[in-house]
Amino acid sequence: MADLSTTRRTRGPVTYLLRVVAVVYLALLVVWPVALVVTNTFADGLTSLRGLFEDPDMVAALQLTAVAALCATAINLVFGVSMSLLLVRTEFPGKRLLSAALDLPLSVSPIVIGLALVLVYGGRGGWFGPTLEGWGFQVIFSTPGIVMATAFVSLPLVIREVVPVLREIGTEQEQAARSLGANGWQTFWRITLPGIRWAVVYGVVLTLARSLGEFGAVKVVSGNVLGETRTATLAVEEKYLNFDVEGAYAIAFLLASVSVVCIVVVQVLRSRADRH
Amino acid sequence: MSIEVAGVSKRFGDFVALDDVDLSIPTGQLTALLGPSGGGKTTLLRIIAGLETADSGSVVIEGADTTGVPVQKRNVGFVFQHYAAFKHLSVRRNVAFGLEIRKRPKAEVEAKVDELLRLVHLEQFADRRPSQLSGGQRQRMALARALAIEPSVLLLDEPFGALDAKVRKELRDWLRRLHDEMHVTTVFVTHDQEEALEVADSIVVINDGRIEQVGTPDDLYDKPASDFVLSFLGPVTTLGDHLVRPHDIEISRYEQAAVTVGTITRWTRIGFEVRLEVTPEDARQPGPVLVSLTRTDATALGLHEGDRVWLRLRPGAS
Repeated sequence: MADLSTTRRTRGPVTYLLRVVAVVYLALLVVWPVALVVTNTFADGLTSLRGLFEDPDMVAALQLTAVAALCATAINLVFGVSMSLLLVRTEFPGKRLLSAALDLPLSVSPIVIGLALVLVYGGRGGWFGPTLEGWGFQVIFSTPGIVMATAFVSLPLVIREVVPVLREIGTEQEQAARSLGANGWQTFWRITLPGIRWAVVYGVVLTLARSLGEFGAVKVVSGNVLGETRTATLAVEEKYLNFDVEGAYAIAFLLASVSVVCIVVVQVLRSRADRH
Repeated sequence: MSIEVAGVSKRFGDFVALDDVDLSIPTGQLTALLGPSGGGKTTLLRIIAGLETADSGSVVIEGADTTGVPVQKRNVGFVFQHYAAFKHLSVRRNVAFGLEIRKRPKAEVEAKVDELLRLVHLEQFADRRPSQLSGGQRQRMALARALAIEPSVLLLDEPFGALDAKVRKELRDWLRRLHDEMHVTTVFVTHDQEEALEVADSIVVINDGRIEQVGTPDDLYDKPASDFVLSFLGPVTTLGDHLVRPHDIEISRYEQAAVTVGTITRWTRIGFEVRLEVTPEDARQPGPVLVSLTRTDATALGLHEGDRVWLRLRPGAS
């Protein structure tokens, strides 16, 4: 929430110029293109959306995206919260290095992440893949690979939300719980988790939104097999390249609306969290 | 003896927080750990609670060696300076926390919590969140929460340090009365000598990781074992070659067998009290001598700024 006391009172021409620049910039870059996706989707009424849900391959793609995103979010929820506790509540050598490494997925291109996963888990040439495949477990060109790529890409989001809140609430409440007889697990469930719950929810929503939209890393590891390993984002590209613009817009609209819902949810949660 | 601390040492890096401390705290008393900040008193309290582990030495509570026992098994009540209220729980659930962890029957928890809320005068706030309470109310809640588990000892870390002067005074009196009712062995940390002198049965003065003196408030005030204890327990000034209390100095406008002769160079009135600075005529004296007396006495003696006065130790003061 903007702090009113720090905003300038005087509204000279510069203020208005800046506002116009900001609005035009946003309109040209974000609002107009996204609005065009919506208008194009509904250019023929609901036909393109209906066509989408009647195509079993497209339904499979949407399902795969949903499954991969939910799995990745669940993994990153557990991993993110425990990693945040490790980073904030404990001291160990190499902590700063680990903290920096956790930001890697945000700075490295998703394509590179996809390629790296193939190098390790690839069924033929991979470092670890052939062994896994010998046990009958295929990673690359299969759902586990898609989940891994998605989880990798959205890995830091929960951590980056939870760490500052965990730092802010401090350890006194946890110490008090301990002195009242709570063991580590009870302290975590009854005191720590409620203290960071808004940050966790916020991180989860961001992770979900990021996972739904992942393209680059998934493109490399999925193999893009129609009806099997083709996710919604890959289907958008495929349809677009095959001049099925209608279909591409329909899926794009679905993905975008989920993201918009996520943003709205986050905003509502933010303002609730601020009140507490 | 309720708490026996033997040979406890603790370092944080190069900093020696506690240096081979031995201490016995008797059952049922209200004991103050008094000292300047950074002196080690909070560390000692946290080691007794088990929130900190000593590098060496042992802590025995109620006859049981607790040296390796984790905090949740020690059954000590701990009250933090900044309340450590569970923000997401109501006042009632805060107080009930320890009993819920111990899986006591619901009816018993309810009854116990009601009783404690009455004791700390928070009955009407039971369903509020801690954020809706004042500082003093939060600290009373924290105290009720600590007492709920019927601790063998109650430990308070600067419990009134974050409160304003008036609330502090009220809570201080209230803690004393509460202790007289409950008789639970209580140890509290403070850097405020007035608080310690007023509330405690016995005072442990800690400085630089060492215990300077243990005794009743009267002992410490009247028979300080060192200059440090003397100066920490109240104002001091140098008269002749001795450290004395400013109110133990007899001041007169007429010549008498005096230690020091000087001029009143500063006059400060604080309520009923008058504080004077007397600059000695003898240049070998280190600086002005502080004298304090009541306003009535000052008027009766006819003292004014600029007067030439004779100072000596009051008969009966050591």
